[in-house]
Amino acid sequence: MTEHTVRSFSQDLEELTGDIARMGGLAEDLLSDAIQAVATRDLVLAETVVVRDPQIDNLQVEVEKKILRLLALRQPLARDLRQTISALKIASELERIGDLAKNIAKRAKVLDSIEPTAALKGVARMGRLVNAQLKRVLDAYSALETDAANKVWSRDEEVDEHYQSLFREVVTYMIEDPRTISACAHLLFVAKNLERIGDHCTNIAEEVHFLVTGEQLPTDRPKVDDLNS
Amino acid sequence: MSRMETIAPPRPQVSASARVESGSVKVRARAVSVFYGEKQALFDVSLDMPEKSVSALIGPSGCGKSTFLRSINRMNDTIPGCRVTGEIAIDGDNINDKSVDPVLLRAQVGMVFQKPNPFPKSIFDNVAYGVRLHGLAESKRDLDQIVETSLIKAGLWDEVKDRLSASGMSLSGGQQQRLVIARAIAINPEIILMDEPCSALDPIATAKIEELIDELKTNFCIIIVTHSMAQAARVSQQTAFFHLGKLIEFGPTEQVFTNPRDTRTQDYITGRFG
Repeated sequence: MTEHTVRSFSQDLEELTGDIARMGGLAEDLLSDAIQAVATRDLVLAETVVVRDPQIDNLQVEVEKKILRLLALRQPLARDLRQTISALKIASELERIGDLAKNIAKRAKVLDSIEPTAALKGVARMGRLVNAQLKRVLDAYSALETDAANKVWSRDEEVDEHYQSLFREVVTYMIEDPRTISACAHLLFVAKNLERIGDHCTNIAEEVHFLVTGEQLPTDRPKVDDLNS
Repeated sequence: MSRMETIAPPRPQVSASARVESGSVKVRARAVSVFYGEKQALFDVSLDMPEKSVSALIGPSGCGKSTFLRSINRMNDTIPGCRVTGEIAIDGDNINDKSVDPVLLRAQVGMVFQKPNPFPKSIFDNVAYGVRLHGLAESKRDLDQIVETSLIKAGLWDEVKDRLSASGMSLSGGQQQRLVIARAIAINPEIILMDEPCSALDPIATAKIEELIDELKTNFCIIIVTHSMAQAARVSQQTAFFHLGKLIEFGPTEQVFTNPRDTRTQDYITGRFG
């Protein structure tokens, strides 16, 4: 896009996009490390996730300050306005993803004290799937590719399905061997956190779509919402 | 003297963007072109402006927005060598028809300019001027009533009711602009054209005029030319963007300022125009 007549305005917007990219990179790292910490029962790695999460929180505060200033001083319109608002919303989605990754890492510590179960593999697989979703949606944001974002949006169904089958699997383990109930309960929370991170990725995808096209994606996404399973 | 030619338009095509769905059409422009001598200032503009709403015309200097505005009450007639083609209709009647008296047309289509232009007369006489000219009051009491109502509608009554015989020139800029608006609405027009009505006013006076515009739109069709994007966004229901004499985009204001269809509109309102 051509530069603003007022060049510092363009710089402000670029800075904002840069901040979101940094937050996204951090969230990706935290998530993949948290998953690895759970899968390999690596307590040291888990602790680094917990310690790094505040970096994302601080960046979010920074982004909000910059956006407040931008709205007051520049009064962005049209695509500039959409870019500003979507940055605000994506920043808060990424902050939530950071929190959920931290929560997963904390559970790695609890899981360490219990015997590994077969369900761990399933959780790790789901983790990789969600991490790929996050990476793809962040790429879609930096490249402003609405098609790629839409793919992430529709692929969340896969994450949901994964969660449903993992849920059934873990419940089976608990029935078979009640000694695993405690570990399995934690694994279910890990899986639930991953499922939620998937939802945050679709929210980011919706923001990318809105930013690029100015249109909202439909509110009803293909969903597996089978609570009776 | 002015020379005016009207050519029957060959069923002009209206693009989808030239229509706005809200209320019935008050002013309909079809393939309007304006020439100043050899130079063409406006090219084939077609758009429908609904009644009881505010339409904003925006665009860089020299884009033709004021030229278009001035063709709605045939102000261009007063410019030697100016020629208008195409059709402009108010309630379906072509205003460039030979049978239309431009003086009566301008009573129907009031105009407010950038610089407040009260007459060097008293506040009362400023508002009463057009009413007397067109013989709209039946008695002195009737005239008093019209002046009072117009000043109330223009939001100026409380500030001037005790000094109606003071000169209109003694008022502040913002008050003068509201006086001029009172003068325009005193003759009960149907359409009010405003050519950058706030560009000489401070933010408070501007806010008062904008509030006034918002109230006036319940009775009038208002068409405003403004250089302030924020003002267009605040006061209008539909916005037309002009560039190099052409209508680029016309749509609901909200859409034009959040998701314009044309990249030229986008570039202009976001401050990217070279």
